Amino acid sequence: MPLLELEGVQARYGPIVALHGISLAVDEGEVVAILGANGAGKTTTLRAVSGTVATSGRIAYAGQDVARRGPEAVARLGVAHVPEGRGILAELTVWENLRMGAYMRRGAAVKADLERMATEHFPWIDERRGQQAGTLSGGEQQMLALARALVARPKLLMLDEPSLGLAPMIVQELFQVVRRLNEEEGLTVLVVEQNANIALDVSSRAYVLEVGAVAVEGSSDELRRHEGVRRSYLGY
Amino acid sequence: MSEFLQQLVFGLAIGGVYGSLALALVLIYRTTRVVNFAQGEMAMFTTFIAWSLIENHGFSFWPAFFVTLGIAFLLGVGVERLVIRNFEHSSHLTVILVTIALFVIFNGAAGWIWSPEQRAFLGPFSAAPFDVGGVAIARQDVGVIAVTLLTVALLWAFFRFTKLGLAMRAAAVGPEPSRLLGVRVGWMFAMGWGFAAVLGAVSGMMVAPIVFLSPTMMQAALIYAFAAAVLGGIESPLGAVLGGLLLGVGTTLLGAYVDVVTPELELPIAFVVLVLVLLFRPAGLLGRVVVRRV
Repeated sequence: MPLLELEGVQARYGPIVALHGISLAVDEGEVVAILGANGAGKTTTLRAVSGTVATSGRIAYAGQDVARRGPEAVARLGVAHVPEGRGILAELTVWENLRMGAYMRRGAAVKADLERMATEHFPWIDERRGQQAGTLSGGEQQMLALARALVARPKLLMLDEPSLGLAPMIVQELFQVVRRLNEEEGLTVLVVEQNANIALDVSSRAYVLEVGAVAVEGSSDELRRHEGVRRSYLGY
Repeated sequence: MSEFLQQLVFGLAIGGVYGSLALALVLIYRTTRVVNFAQGEMAMFTTFIAWSLIENHGFSFWPAFFVTLGIAFLLGVGVERLVIRNFEHSSHLTVILVTIALFVIFNGAAGWIWSPEQRAFLGPFSAAPFDVGGVAIARQDVGVIAVTLLTVALLWAFFRFTKLGLAMRAAAVGPEPSRLLGVRVGWMFAMGWGFAAVLGAVSGMMVAPIVFLSPTMMQAALIYAFAAAVLGGIESPLGAVLGGLLLGVGTTLLGAYVDVVTPELELPIAFVVLVLVLLFRPAGLLGRVVVRRV
């Protein structure tokens, strides 16, 4: 049974239909990428899962129907969604943002996890704890958003355009962290990317969306060789 | 000199009352972007509850005080959940009308339940003054300052140091990202209203012994509180409290030392100063512009 399964999911913003019936599945421990052009419905697919857009169709997460649950409830089931634009709490400090990541957790391990995240995985956070998060650079905000999502100890991590507006070096660094967490801790990842090269590098399977529906799906290696995908998204 | 000190302490006491009511307004404005015109009437209503506990149910002051704070919290939460929440997506004007309606409802209800006449409300502080270096300082004034500032300090510590306080701040500055982190934002907003009602209740119970208990007792205080909140910067909790203290001390000293300033003139003069401040500092004294990088 897949960890996440969408079947015939539709979503609209007012009169504009964004998803025309998407079906996809993510198994536990997989890294799955969603590719596609602007407006293909990539972001809306993630929003459908996290409950931030109204949908019809079936969305099952860990065997439960989550289609009609609010974002708080979905988050509490172990889904961490790093939205487009990162969703940093700009007026709070870096450390307060990180602490908010662990909002749903109780117990003694939380503090140690926060410290470990700030010293081992993202060492720069340690020195900038008191800084107002809105004054961080774009790359730092993306790192903080990722760190904040990870301290929640999610089962499913959803990243929306993590590379957007970032320097290539930082993008590499970001995806290294994602890959490491997938390999070492079995974290399941669903990543939306416009940068198909990076996305296919880090993922094992991928879906290509076109105007709100799945156009192509397959393993990342297959997609890399796929004529249409190569031409439209990889640029060679 | 001794009279000056007495006036100063009285000004700080009344300023503490304005400041805590102003802080209530800021709290609600920051969490739900609502300007709550009913804040003063909610404070008055809960003060009547305290009075009723003391007069009719045999409570002494402090137990009645704390029970009232609990009731006020529930009242604030209830008002948000049952009324304000339904207007979450309405225009500012609609919401203002709703809070004005609440103003009228609480005012009318208090008059109907407890009758509109003025009553004496005995505070917890004895009339005997402190002797500070030969100056008699009213125990009542010192007590009011201590209680209002302690309440503000406790609330500050709650928001600064507790997980729930942090989540309430997060919900206020970023409701959408907070939901994704598992925060039940609606309840955070409701609790913001609850804490605001608690602050209002403190200010009501502290000012009632000074101005007498009646359904209109908080109306002047509310106007001062609005002025204090805007003067300090409507987004700044510290600004609201400082604004309240400034207004309290300023109007008291003006009334005491400038002969032409009769009590009728205190409020207009306070507002002339307020308008002048806003001309030069549109965001208020402590209002700040949030720095953001994209």
